[in-house]
Amino acid sequence: MILETASERRALLDRSRTVAMVGASPTVTRPSYFVFSYLRTHGKLDVTPINPAATEIDGVRAYPTLAAYAAERGAPDIVDVFRSPNNAPQAARDAIAVGAKAIWFQYGVVNDEAIRLADDAGLDVVVDRCMKVESARFDGGLALYGMNTGVLTAKRRVR
Amino acid sequence: MFDSTEHAAELFALRSYGNIYTRIGNPTVSAFEEKLASLEGGLGAVATASGLAAQLIAILTVAENGDHLVASANLYGGTITQFSVTLRRMGIETTFVPGGEVEGVRAAIRPTTRAVFTETIGNPNGNIADLAALAEAAHAAGVPLIVDNTFATPYLCRPIEHGADVVIHSATKFIGGHGTVIGGAIVESGRFPWDAGRHPLIATPSPGYHGMNFAETFGEYAFLMRARAELLRDVGAALSPMNAWLLVQGLETLALRMPEHVANAQAVAEFLQARDEVAWISYAGLPDSPERALAARYLPLGAGAVFTFGLRGGREAGRAFIETLELWSHLANVGDAKSLVIHPASTTHQQLTDDELRTAGIGADTIRLSVGLEDVDDLIWDLERGLAAAARVSAVQA
Repeated sequence: MILETASERRALLDRSRTVAMVGASPTVTRPSYFVFSYLRTHGKLDVTPINPAATEIDGVRAYPTLAAYAAERGAPDIVDVFRSPNNAPQAARDAIAVGAKAIWFQYGVVNDEAIRLADDAGLDVVVDRCMKVESARFDGGLALYGMNTGVLTAKRRVR
Repeated sequence: MFDSTEHAAELFALRSYGNIYTRIGNPTVSAFEEKLASLEGGLGAVATASGLAAQLIAILTVAENGDHLVASANLYGGTITQFSVTLRRMGIETTFVPGGEVEGVRAAIRPTTRAVFTETIGNPNGNIADLAALAEAAHAAGVPLIVDNTFATPYLCRPIEHGADVVIHSATKFIGGHGTVIGGAIVESGRFPWDAGRHPLIATPSPGYHGMNFAETFGEYAFLMRARAELLRDVGAALSPMNAWLLVQGLETLALRMPEHVANAQAVAEFLQARDEVAWISYAGLPDSPERALAARYLPLGAGAVFTFGLRGGREAGRAFIETLELWSHLANVGDAKSLVIHPASTTHQQLTDDELRTAGIGADTIRLSVGLEDVDDLIWDLERGLAAAARVSAVQA
């Protein structure tokens, strides 16, 4: 199912624990590093880089492929994709093959074939969204930067 | 305090959200920002020390030396000067289009144009921008539409619903509502394709953040993140948290105040229009106003509470009128709970050249009113006294 609303994305993050980040980069100015380092240090998600060119990022072991990750760790709850759009269908096929429950295509990773493959295989699908931004939307970080989170609350969310 | 040096470094690198330093973000300021963004239907907001600071930061987020802007010529005098003097000195040139007329705007857009700029309700004459047509003309050329919505507030008009991409406020005015606080804000829709090739400042690696690409990293938040993390940081015109708190108090009564402002403005405009001493009046809420159709489309709840008129007897009659008023305050602000009156040519628009004044539609006889929340009978009583004084001057002249 394609998750269109913020509350659906929130529910997905709430019910998930493991995230395999395909294309996570150790280069500190890359968007994937921003997302990896944020999710590693905030909240409850267990994030793992999938990158054949890296052995570890910030002390977290990297796996060369999703299959290698799944062989040791089992199926991830979410596969988070930082690849070019033309590589997205392969990422979708890999995610389906290892039995991931959901696939998350980051900003700009938009490919109709990849979306259709994952949706047809029964995965929850998020398209053109950032997992860091969506996490921060609900834990209060986004509000600290003046963003309209759509979350109205009189309670302080972060210090 | 920061939890650790690593936590501090993550915050400064923008990899984590948190309180870094009040010039870049503050929890009280962000409460104001999110409320205003929500009222405007925007993706988020960046608050600033003043409306002019909001404007400068919005423009420097999209334009640099060698770039070009297209703006309506009917703008606040301080805005015209910011564009025609200060930004020009920085290498950003502006073409002013008389009346903000759409075909003129379309023709003025160049390959280096980075934004089209207008006010929803023009200062001082209260003329109404055709927002949807301007947005279409700008978007057809790959350019965003920036709208100063100060005079309308999101209660009367939400420009993003009509195609605007960036909304600017002087929150000093109706949002604060009492003339007690100075502040500004930038709201953005999150819809404009900043990465489509025309805005390299947002969509190429930035030397201000070790080569980070804002569009790639922050997606739809790229404009707002660059405005905050580079321009607010470097310009330094941050909103003080105390002022943010005062502006939040203002927002809480905006929906109660604005209907009273426009009802009083309508009554005052109708009173003035019927008087022999009044040579002309420019208020889009009047039935015979040439702006009437645009007002009906974009401002169905009222054409704002700031407008101009002129007296028979010209500038001298105007001087007698303003100096006779007792209840109306002779002040340069607008959007106060109190009613305000001023002579733009010698004050708010004084730095304009004669040509710029003519193009902006400001004559030597122009008087600007900002209609407040007092009992309208008291306001009209005072205006009658002013008109009587003006008539005595006219009689001496004749």
